Amino acid sequence: MSDTVIKSIDLKGLLCPMPIVKMAKAIKEVNVGETLEAFATDPGVMADFPAWCRSTGNELVTLEKQDKQFHFVVRRSK
Amino acid sequence: MAKPEEIFPENVLKAIGGKAIKNKLSMVVLSGDLDKVMAAFIIATGAAASGMEVTMFFTFWGMKAIQKDGILTGKSLFGRMLGLMNRGGLKAIGPSRLNMGGMGRWMFKLMMKQKGVASLTELYDSAVELGIVMMPCQMSMDVMEYNPKTDFKPNVTEPVGVAKFLEEAAESRVTLFI
Repeated sequence: MSDTVIKSIDLKGLLCPMPIVKMAKAIKEVNVGETLEAFATDPGVMADFPAWCRSTGNELVTLEKQDKQFHFVVRRSK
Repeated sequence: MAKPEEIFPENVLKAIGGKAIKNKLSMVVLSGDLDKVMAAFIIATGAAASGMEVTMFFTFWGMKAIQKDGILTGKSLFGRMLGLMNRGGLKAIGPSRLNMGGMGRWMFKLMMKQKGVASLTELYDSAVELGIVMMPCQMSMDVMEYNPKTDFKPNVTEPVGVAKFLEEAAESRVTLFI
């Protein structure tokens, strides 16, 4: 288990449902236990990412609003 | 009142009885309007991205959503007239309200593009990539004279009937009708 971010994806400008569609694809490209970070601009992700993590069983490490974007880190759990 | 065994064929009753519920979404897409088809694909791709198995059953107007772009359906006179007046394909379908002879379609598409909303074609491609199963309804196909070999997009399954949909729905945690 490492907290080093392995992969970073850009979801800026994308609207529902594309952030989670791209996220679902990207999470498969890291190994179990590794973390992935993403940047988005759709305010909907504040509700959608925690829900996506609960549905898929991945761990939401951080989700924060930074100025005009949202930054989050997800750890692949399975 | 009629008993279930008097209404449904035996295979339907068998299909809906005693199956384990899966983390699965089964959806009927009856509508062929841009807004409703869009909602159907957004929910379906969102569900598949969240780890759910997804089956979409397209019937009646909904078959316009899985029809190839730019083709005309129909064999008989009425069938061809229907195909002409009821153009299908994701690029041709318009919104259920305020279409105004195509102006509404143009306006909605432009507004969605300006805001960065994924187009129906992109949503469809995502659905294919996520492994969503798309089934056309045999009976609607017969009525509206669709040819399963030439009229549908390549990722659509063979035509199915109600028993197949019920079998899928019976084992699904979420079922929707759009």
